[in-house]
Amino acid sequence: MVPPTAVAEASRPRHEIDSVVVRFAGDSGDGMQVTGSQFTLTSALAGNDFATFPDFPAEIRAPVGTTFGVSSFQINFGSQRIETAGDSLDVLVAMNPAALKVELKNLRVGGTIIADVGQFNDRNVKKAGFVANPLEDGSLEKYRVIKIDISALTMEAVKNSGLSKRDGLRCKNFWTLGLIYWMYGRDRAPTVEWLNKRFGAKRPELATANIAAMNAGHAFGETAEMSGEMTAFTVRPAEIAAGVYRTISGGEALAYGLVAGSQLAGLNIMFGSYPITPASPLLHILAGLKQFGVTTFQAEDEIAAVCAAIGGSYAGQLGITSSSGPGIALKMEAIGLAISTELPLVIVNSQRAGPSTGMPTKTEQSDLYQAVFGRNADAPLVVLASRSPSDCFETAVEAVRLATKYMTPVMLLTDGYIANAAEPWLIPDLAKLKPFRVRFRTEAEGFHPFLRDPKTLARVWATPGTPGLQHRIGGIEKAYDSGHISYEAGNHQKMTDTRKAKIDGIGNDIPEQGIEEGERTGDLAVVGWGSTYGPINRAVYTMRQKGLKVSHIHLRHIWPLPRNLGDLLKGFRRVLVPEMNTGQLVTVLRSQYLVAAEGLNKVNGQPFKISEIEHAIRTRLEH
Amino acid sequence: MNVVPERLTAKDYATDQEVRWCPGCGDYAILKAVQKTMADLQASRDRTVFVSGIGCAARFPYYMETYGFHTIHGRAPAIATGIKLANPSLDVWVVGGDGDMLSIGGNHLLHALRRNVDLQILIFNNEIYGLTKGQYSPTSRVGTRSPSTPQGSVDLPVSALAFALGCGARFIGRSIDTEQKHLPEVLKRAHGYRGAALVEILQNCIVYNDGVFADITESDVADDRQLYLEPGQPMLFGKNREKGIRLNRETLSLEVVTVGQNGITAADVLVHDEKNKMIAHMLALMEPPEFPVALGVIYCAPEVQSYETGLLAQVTEAKAKGAADLNKILRSGHTWKV
Repeated sequence: MVPPTAVAEASRPRHEIDSVVVRFAGDSGDGMQVTGSQFTLTSALAGNDFATFPDFPAEIRAPVGTTFGVSSFQINFGSQRIETAGDSLDVLVAMNPAALKVELKNLRVGGTIIADVGQFNDRNVKKAGFVANPLEDGSLEKYRVIKIDISALTMEAVKNSGLSKRDGLRCKNFWTLGLIYWMYGRDRAPTVEWLNKRFGAKRPELATANIAAMNAGHAFGETAEMSGEMTAFTVRPAEIAAGVYRTISGGEALAYGLVAGSQLAGLNIMFGSYPITPASPLLHILAGLKQFGVTTFQAEDEIAAVCAAIGGSYAGQLGITSSSGPGIALKMEAIGLAISTELPLVIVNSQRAGPSTGMPTKTEQSDLYQAVFGRNADAPLVVLASRSPSDCFETAVEAVRLATKYMTPVMLLTDGYIANAAEPWLIPDLAKLKPFRVRFRTEAEGFHPFLRDPKTLARVWATPGTPGLQHRIGGIEKAYDSGHISYEAGNHQKMTDTRKAKIDGIGNDIPEQGIEEGERTGDLAVVGWGSTYGPINRAVYTMRQKGLKVSHIHLRHIWPLPRNLGDLLKGFRRVLVPEMNTGQLVTVLRSQYLVAAEGLNKVNGQPFKISEIEHAIRTRLEH
Repeated sequence: MNVVPERLTAKDYATDQEVRWCPGCGDYAILKAVQKTMADLQASRDRTVFVSGIGCAARFPYYMETYGFHTIHGRAPAIATGIKLANPSLDVWVVGGDGDMLSIGGNHLLHALRRNVDLQILIFNNEIYGLTKGQYSPTSRVGTRSPSTPQGSVDLPVSALAFALGCGARFIGRSIDTEQKHLPEVLKRAHGYRGAALVEILQNCIVYNDGVFADITESDVADDRQLYLEPGQPMLFGKNREKGIRLNRETLSLEVVTVGQNGITAADVLVHDEKNKMIAHMLALMEPPEFPVALGVIYCAPEVQSYETGLLAQVTEAKAKGAADLNKILRSGHTWKV
């Protein structure tokens, strides 16, 4: 175990705390995402458990100083198990009035505000929508306000760097980071290394200036210029399973999982994608992994992207496409073709708030209906959902396994929160994963393209270029016994039944549903899917400590559902389904199992707070 | 031991499936010409793929004893691109009608051409929607009366080949369904071209648009309405090859001249240069009654790297940089041990 890397100064004793929630908030151009990810990295190196929540506007560069241009990065880190990015803030770093205006509602009473007074001039205060300067008018009495002219102190720190005034001022995020590093006893070395690597070769003066700013911020805290206003803390390392860790975002874990899956299947990847928020990171990361036999194709539109992936699968590679809800809608006809021609295909949907364009950078779980039901006619496919950034890895491997074993499209649901958030990840040993190598059909004897494995009902995969197996497939209904075009009514019934039976049968090839927290029977089952895992798990844990008979069930397999789920739910008096939509999984559970499940729903673009779920559990059980 | 492979005939490229186009449809003639082309090329049946979208023409793959993929409306060029990227050694042909390729699939055609994917793309242009029972299409001439335009269509048609040139196509050709000698020759040229090669085939729809090309194909007008282009040869046509195409250097436009009249000599007639894109554009747009229709290879730019060649070279290059080890990548960068 690695000890915390910085040691408290003897003169200023550090307070020990279990966990802290810090939110860095500033203008889009203030570098809050970089600041946050650097703080995440050093917290990881300090051995803390953590969860992060990057929250940024859809505009690339919104007008400076406006509330809609505020970009934030929240991190919850601690010496205990951390499940969410935190309900409310302990510390809010406000780089300008707009950031304070937007984020103040998230700060707990008694929490700390660190404000750059250099930016709280009349113009900025007014632009943010304050009538008077909130730092001066007493409106922040409930909080601890630490006013520092970060802008001026940054300029002072970088005055010898040779940077222009504008470039110099842009170092203020690293000044702030230095101060926060001091507050939590963090090691600056990894950030120094990162800055040198980032700017070292091309613009070494930027690295030097940012390091100088960071050191100045750190020294500012250390030399007690705050005269006791500010406290230094120690957050001890968390007790987590032994092994080698790294931080991982959902986008990275997905990319690595898909590559790992393709290797286990013995296939190259044909990845077709069209840029869309928040799904694009997967395209970017896979484009850098070509050495694994990954071809990335940036298509002309969403439809071409999925079609190229289908063409790739037809020709013997693993076809993958990725998008967000609106793009998935465009792909649906082609996904129907892949269902009809029974070709493997992985479709990743990084869900966002909708309908239509909705709120591209805000998270939601409202595409479950689309995934399970959103095609013309009876068109079943497999739907999986990742619960967290690191869980994307395993879910991606599972998606590839099911797609290739059953010759079917698999929809993998993540969301904007998972795609962008990062968390520590115990790196798996890939050599220990069980291969599921694909076997292509090569024997001409008795061949037709819709021959099926009697057990899985998967059809044979015969690729162009295989001698003697030339055949034709398409979206027209096929005769069960020959694969030729057939409009015969009885045959269509049989083929429809077979396609359904194939997908239903996958229920026997996935793990039985387990319990995340609690007993297998009780008063209340809280059933979740996707990124609600963290808040549900923590809330159920806390409520169980208080003696409530509540359990947490979390689904990875959305369709088909695990074979024992219905029986499991019957063991609970009540079933509560928290979802970031108006009630989609809850409807599926009610229709599948005739259980009186009720929804707990939220669509404000923000993840559930633990307290919201705790409150819901209490109201169900305490009277 | 040397085994002499059996020589395949056109019949060997036909499937046992009953062909279901309307009796007398121009598609039969195109099918025959394509099967002959395959035999002429001695194309490998198991390395050849026909990809189509939706429409009458899109039934084509079912009748070819090769690999075939009958996909969805308009998307054949995109699916074919995926196939070519996954296995560039396959010989991939794309087949579709004017609605499939120029209406619902226009965007994919644009990008397949601009990317220069090594595909042969055949547009069966009959200026009508056949499979949906006769509505006007994006190539229908103004005034086309159809179930959806009972008073006649009012929108201007698109020229398949001018569109293609605008998209950056590097090979365009044109022929006629019933031209059983000429069509296979154009198809063979397209096949030989490394890159996207587009061939427009004027096709008669006997049920919904019968005779739409009669002003070009009827025997009494054919000589005056068909210009067969040959590289390096003068653009002559007419019963006695007395007519020619001349470039009017003042208006920068083409005009029909008669050799021996008004002081016109053979030297005035344009010589076909397949590499001249500006002339190709003008040739593509020629139409009766003022002009004959240009047939043959209208434009054939020098070959450049095809899309799949360039993209897959990047994959090869990435692989050459060392063994791909995912375990190692996962452990690179900042890691820590607990």
